[in-house]
Amino acid sequence: MFGVSTQALFGQLLLGLINGSFYALLSLGLAVIFGMLNIINFAHGALYMMGAFCAYFLLNWAGVGYWGALLLAPLIVGAIGVVIERTMLQWLSGLDHLYGLLLTFGLALIIQGLFQNTFGSSGMPYAIPKELTGGQNLGFMFLPNYRAWVVAFSLVICLGTWFIIERTKLGAYLRAATENPGLVRAMGINVPRMITLTYGAGVALAALAGVLAAPINQVRPLMGADLIIIVFAVVVIGGMGSIMGSILTGFLLGLVEGLTKVFYPEASSTVIFVVMTVVLLVKPAGLFGRSA
Amino acid sequence: MKKLHAISWAALLLCASGAAFAQDKNVKIGNLNDMSSLYADLGGPGSTLAAQMAIEDSGLTAKGWKIEVIGADHQNKPDIGSNIARQWYDVDKVDVIVDTPNSGVALAVAAVTKDKNGVFINSGAASSDLTGKACTPNTVHWTYDTYALANTTGKAVVKAGGDSWFFLTADYAFGHALERDTEAVVLANSGKVLGKVRHPLNTSDFSSFLLQAQSSKAKIVGLANAGGDTTNSIKQASEFGITSGGQKLAALLLFITDVHALGLNVAQGLSFTESFYWDMNDQTRAFADRFSKRMKNGAKPSMVQAGVYAGVLHYLKALEALGGNPHDGAKVVAKMKEMPTDDPLFGKGQIRADGRKIHPVYLFEVKKPSESKGPWDYYKLIATTPANEAFRPLAESECPLVKK
Repeated sequence: MFGVSTQALFGQLLLGLINGSFYALLSLGLAVIFGMLNIINFAHGALYMMGAFCAYFLLNWAGVGYWGALLLAPLIVGAIGVVIERTMLQWLSGLDHLYGLLLTFGLALIIQGLFQNTFGSSGMPYAIPKELTGGQNLGFMFLPNYRAWVVAFSLVICLGTWFIIERTKLGAYLRAATENPGLVRAMGINVPRMITLTYGAGVALAALAGVLAAPINQVRPLMGADLIIIVFAVVVIGGMGSIMGSILTGFLLGLVEGLTKVFYPEASSTVIFVVMTVVLLVKPAGLFGRSA
Repeated sequence: MKKLHAISWAALLLCASGAAFAQDKNVKIGNLNDMSSLYADLGGPGSTLAAQMAIEDSGLTAKGWKIEVIGADHQNKPDIGSNIARQWYDVDKVDVIVDTPNSGVALAVAAVTKDKNGVFINSGAASSDLTGKACTPNTVHWTYDTYALANTTGKAVVKAGGDSWFFLTADYAFGHALERDTEAVVLANSGKVLGKVRHPLNTSDFSSFLLQAQSSKAKIVGLANAGGDTTNSIKQASEFGITSGGQKLAALLLFITDVHALGLNVAQGLSFTESFYWDMNDQTRAFADRFSKRMKNGAKPSMVQAGVYAGVLHYLKALEALGGNPHDGAKVVAKMKEMPTDDPLFGKGQIRADGRKIHPVYLFEVKKPSESKGPWDYYKLIATTPANEAFRPLAESECPLVKK
């Protein structure tokens, strides 16, 4: 088709899915935070980068390998998220979105600057865990085991998060608390603590994506800054705050980007924004968003 | 009355000529660089340090000269770079701009420098156009260029049997120039190019491009990119089984900071071209020791930073020979071309009429982890291309400054 073999096309679609799983995981965290806290978390990219660095430190300073990092790094960075929420973000509740955006944007610049100053810009190597090296020849492409693992694992995490928020009692409390915090508090539920933990969980999702990315990319201070704009576009296209919307759009845009890389690679860094423009013109609330 | 008039005119003339003969020994050096993105480690603040060390080693400050160096971040954008250059020349009275990686920015700054009659000693940018069709009487291109890279790595790879190529090219002036120069070498040595793909600058995911390279069945995947783009493509190439599947990577431009970032496990066996390595001889080691002691992360100098040091040193020598007055850039560069170069890092050499600095260029291979004795012990010397063969011959030059 258009001078591209079907083989190559399938390969690119699969790769798109792999990239999409990163977009989905990151935009999921953003959507959770926006949905529950009404904060546009611009520090998300920096926290994703901290997740990757955390994995690196755990390996080189504490001897904890990839599998340990997969559990520990989200917990550690999530705890940092809790501190950020308690010391800074909680004072912004009830204010315009803009304040949260500015605060977290400044925070991201500071965190990235500090890491860059200490570790330089080229980053550090992080090896693929032994169990996941090598790959499968699928006939139409060579699929590294590690990438297959990334897709499967992030799908599980995404669906799990969606399930908790949409289908459990805890999720029901959360959704109720965003609609009417006063009423939920009157029922004896500690709303501020719930909000703090939600932010921590959103941050942990970002850190988890960071650990997943560490063996693929270099562990670099700017790895989050490069990605965050795309992820924001994903969230906006999906509909701000829509959980399922951000997951589906994440995978979808990964595919769109993958296809662009075959047909017109020069545009691969801009195609997502073209999609965003078109979607916003046609459907201002995003694909899955409810209009305000 | 008439007599008084004549005397005052004579006095005025004397004053004026006196001012013209007074020697201005204030020099301001601007290091225009990528301070925060994918090229920051190979140039960046390390280049400012290299320029500072050149000032100290020139011994001019002890002779009463006032020389200072300032730095700025061009963010890899030609418009930002040329704006800073213009402001530096007009407002801050900068006399010479050094380094400036990113060929897009460098070509823009070269044009501004010519307009303002400043001096541009480029070390970090690669495009051979800087001393080719875009050459100016104000530009010196010090360390390396795409022609030398293609001529050394490209030729070596084709001669070793790598006769079919697929290019992975950074989509801007540098990548295009490197691809063009390497393709010419491949074709001239009866190889062929099976395909190419152009990726945006600063891409983190190369899997799609690598897949295309893989399905092309080319023996060699030529990486016409640099810095973080190269490290990411090398890392992901090994992940996608490109190298284990029998295809070979040719990193057309690789810096020691990239090898350090990749780690020897991933980088071992890569061969590539550089014009400087810190562990070549006693002089380069002594410089590297002093340099890394002053770097925050203890890094050894890259060839780009070495080029900044050597370029500034030679510039200051030329200024001293002129007795000062750094403000007529074309005159200073003419003096730099007239004097033979000699510095501890690149040895003896010269700057040609087109602004190209000439020295030997080396083909290195990255050591295996078992061969390396510690951090920064990374390279094995494979071959040396002599100075007169490494760079584009003047006879083939498109530079208008070259008389034919």
